[in-house]
Amino acid sequence: MIIYSVYIINKAGGVIYHQKGEKSGKSNDYLRYGSIFHGLYTISSQLSPVPSPSGGNSSGIQLLQTDTFRLFAYQIPTGVKIYAITEPTANGIDAILKQVYVLYTDFVLKNPFYIIEQPIRCEQFDIALEKLINSTLSL
Amino acid sequence: MNSHLSVAQSAMKNSGSYSSLEQLAAKASFSEKRPQKPLPILSRPIPKGKSEVSLSAFSFLFSEFIQYSLAKVNNITELEKRLSDCGYNIGVRMLELITYREKNYKRETKLINMLTFISYTVWRILFSKQADLLEKSTDQDDEYMISENQSLPITKFISTPREYSGLNCASFVAGIVEGILDAAEFGARVSAHSMPLEGQKQMKTVILIKFNPDVIARSNLTA
Repeated sequence: MIIYSVYIINKAGGVIYHQKGEKSGKSNDYLRYGSIFHGLYTISSQLSPVPSPSGGNSSGIQLLQTDTFRLFAYQIPTGVKIYAITEPTANGIDAILKQVYVLYTDFVLKNPFYIIEQPIRCEQFDIALEKLINSTLSL
Repeated sequence: MNSHLSVAQSAMKNSGSYSSLEQLAAKASFSEKRPQKPLPILSRPIPKGKSEVSLSAFSFLFSEFIQYSLAKVNNITELEKRLSDCGYNIGVRMLELITYREKNYKRETKLINMLTFISYTVWRILFSKQADLLEKSTDQDDEYMISENQSLPITKFISTPREYSGLNCASFVAGIVEGILDAAEFGARVSAHSMPLEGQKQMKTVILIKFNPDVIARSNLTA
């Protein structure tokens, strides 16, 4: 399956990482989409008519489906959101997003030169993420 | 290794006989049951030491150490110096510990043997692997290199930003090597460098060891 692109947005809704997809727009566009998605995610988590079994709000958007792509989102406990845009037949992306989370904690948070909440510019993270995405091609 | 074990075993034996004597004495005097005294420190078996620590925890600590040092320095050279100084103290202690635990109190006196000791034994204890390559510089007689095809485990998660290009956090390891060499009377200047590896994005790490002239002269004499 094909993962077109991976985004990471911080808890304030700013895009801090963007893995370039095949159709990448202008740089400002994906920043805007990221913050709009952040807003949608927040609203969706408050829409639920029934209370969440764990109490509090529901989880927010996990999957957004259209005829040409699917968007999978995963929010990590600190409020940072990772989402991936994939081809419409893809599934099981949750596990891959969790692996992206692992890479984020390893190569970003353990990097002494990374300032938290700021855009991620870590070469090792790029390399590791690219490797992960390439490994999903054959799935 | 063998004799190390036997030391530990004999220590255990001694400690065993010690405690049984204590118990006998306690029985003989019909005194009340009291909690057993902890063994005197000299009778206890020698601790082997934990062989592994969490890489994750270490990485966070190392990362904080670098951030702390970054705030205290003016340029990259000073930062590398700080990292190296910190490693130096570890190196001096590591040599003592490793010769005791692994080498049966024997310390290498030949230059090549010392370098092999570092790239095999020390590397195995520090990083659970052997160094990928130990080589002698072709141009300089007093320069040796320990190379790693990938980054060392302790710098695995660190990506050096462009504004700090030239910085290699393996300076810390270079400091350890320098400490070991210095404590073993092989005075040397040790530095860490990143070098591009053909056809790969990853850089290889090179620990460059430049020995002081007197060390080379001595090694030529004994050779």
